[in-house]
Amino acid sequence: MSQAPTPVRFKGTDTYLTHESLQAAVNCALTLQRPLLVKGEPGTGKTLLAEAIAEALGHRLITWHVKSTTRAQDGLYVYDTVQRLYDSRFGDGDVRDIRKYIRQGPLGEAFSSPERVVLLIDEVDKADLEFPNDLLHELDRMRFRVTETGDEVAAKHRPVVVITSNNEKELPDAFLRRCVFHFIDFPDADLMRRIVDVHHPGLDRALAEQALKVFYELRSLSRLRKKPSTSELIDWISVLKAQGVHDIKLDEQLPFLGALLKKEQDLVSVAEAFGRGRRPRA
Amino acid sequence: MFLPFFYELRRRGLKVGAQEALALAGALRAGLHDSHLDGFYHVARALLVHSETQLDAFDQAFLAHFQGVETASLELTQELLSWLEEARERPDLSPEEVALLEQLDPEELRRLFEERLREQKERHDGGNRWVGTGGTSPFGNNGFGREGIRVGGAGGKQGRALMQAGARKYLGYRDDLILDTRQMAVALRKLRAFARDGAPDELDVEESIAATARNAGELEVVTRPPRRPNTRVVLAMDVGGSMDPYAALVSRLFSVASQATHFKELRTYYFHNCVYGKLYATPQLTGGLTVPELVAQVGRHHKLVMVGDASMAPYELGIRTDANGHYKADGQEGLTWLMQLAQHFERNVWLNPEPMGTWRSGSIAVIARVFPMFALTVEGLGEAVTHLTRGRTVRGAAARR
Repeated sequence: MSQAPTPVRFKGTDTYLTHESLQAAVNCALTLQRPLLVKGEPGTGKTLLAEAIAEALGHRLITWHVKSTTRAQDGLYVYDTVQRLYDSRFGDGDVRDIRKYIRQGPLGEAFSSPERVVLLIDEVDKADLEFPNDLLHELDRMRFRVTETGDEVAAKHRPVVVITSNNEKELPDAFLRRCVFHFIDFPDADLMRRIVDVHHPGLDRALAEQALKVFYELRSLSRLRKKPSTSELIDWISVLKAQGVHDIKLDEQLPFLGALLKKEQDLVSVAEAFGRGRRPRA
Repeated sequence: MFLPFFYELRRRGLKVGAQEALALAGALRAGLHDSHLDGFYHVARALLVHSETQLDAFDQAFLAHFQGVETASLELTQELLSWLEEARERPDLSPEEVALLEQLDPEELRRLFEERLREQKERHDGGNRWVGTGGTSPFGNNGFGREGIRVGGAGGKQGRALMQAGARKYLGYRDDLILDTRQMAVALRKLRAFARDGAPDELDVEESIAATARNAGELEVVTRPPRRPNTRVVLAMDVGGSMDPYAALVSRLFSVASQATHFKELRTYYFHNCVYGKLYATPQLTGGLTVPELVAQVGRHHKLVMVGDASMAPYELGIRTDANGHYKADGQEGLTWLMQLAQHFERNVWLNPEPMGTWRSGSIAVIARVFPMFALTVEGLGEAVTHLTRGRTVRGAAARR
């Protein structure tokens, strides 16, 4: 098992700043050719990581957004029975060739791609509990068989697989064992300052500092149901910039709070906590 | 070389095995750790840890194994003072560092150190004054105050990884619970029942083929309504008082239930000790609705799951209240309210975190005669779910399948 070190090392991109532990995890996944499982609070850039890897390595990105109704089979291929039924009825095309009606899913597309690709399986926890288990073999061997035709689809180049999870469901152990795991921490103020810099170059220093201060103060408010995250901060600063706001302070009249807080109860809690008319706690 | 580390991890509950060992060996062979303890820390963490709940245990194990310091407490003893004597003879310090060290008078440093030790009451991480880890005080471990005294701990090269491991910032993600959330989720999954309901917009392939064949090859498309979850659950939980030891376990059950996507409807309520006419919307016992209101709003086919220890003084079962939970001489007794709930719902269970050995006496025995009682363990939860799905309730949901 002599594996040459992969020449490419992931170091983040111009717009995606990483921590060294995240780089180590990505490089482990690249070298060992295992899927990378990324968890973390919503809005910490789990999905963007796959884009950054694709950009850094110069590979094509294939995304598979998992929904509650997604089955593992959908990712491999779909056999379009209805089309075939219609074609047989109206006599369009050659219905004897079953291959015409096999449409590849994202996983099949990634396997059969002539060059190495990055495959993003987004929000794997949204699907059924058994979903990850159904993909074990395919992700391990990077091949599957099309039952209808007996053809085997095998990856010429093992794709770089990035899997994200929002922790809505626990993932099975057998699945976890096969993955390189990384938990994206919430960025501290220093990293956040750099992230803001990257997204809003040339932003007024004072405004940036004020926005960060307000942001972390809001996050420390334990009553919030959904804490604002990185992407919301970036959005909020965009709005502030677009509207020419120069001076903000933390009170009930915080401008464009809707960009930061997405739940009505949270808006109420903030108004209660920082407003003048402080209501006694129920 | 790192095998003892693996056993240290296993001792702390991380189920690392041969697969992880091989992966780590492969990564080290490929040179991913850059021959550096920092690199090793990140690589090992990515490969050996599978969930954020294990990060804290991993950090602890890493500290214990690679530093050899007492992680439970930082004992402030003579041993620490001896560091002062040794500090100047450390061979691993560069000449510049030694020169920096020399700038401070040892006697002065010792006096300051002892003085500060007396002031300090507890272990300290970060900051710039107290003796501790990760700070910039002249005293402490893994800090940036180079001209000071390193308290405990090994060489300087390991500083950063150990500092990170020592920060214990994943403490909040720990998850040492009897009932694993996945086990709970799997048990609750058995509660699902599907019904075909609504607009027929899903193609029924089998039926279409059969109908087409009956139609002598003329295409006949048959559609049917999609399958939708049809289980409705009412979950009520005892909070406060004697339930406090089980709060974490029960809140886990609540979060699993509310995350489950296979319930058509899930109502969660809280009560304290026993139901006195009212079920509350929050654990602080605010909001909510009265038992008669609940009975009016939801049908008999909802599944009622009560969670509580059912342990209370016997008189508490007999307190008379009106439907709003106010004491009233002509109100109903607590036990009567419970019976009303039990009678309305065709299928109901009581999940009890107390050990089963205590169920035969006291108020538990009384309530167990009203509700079928199951233990709040993986096994008990499975039995409770089986009980909920069995019998008459199945009639409505499964007949239409």
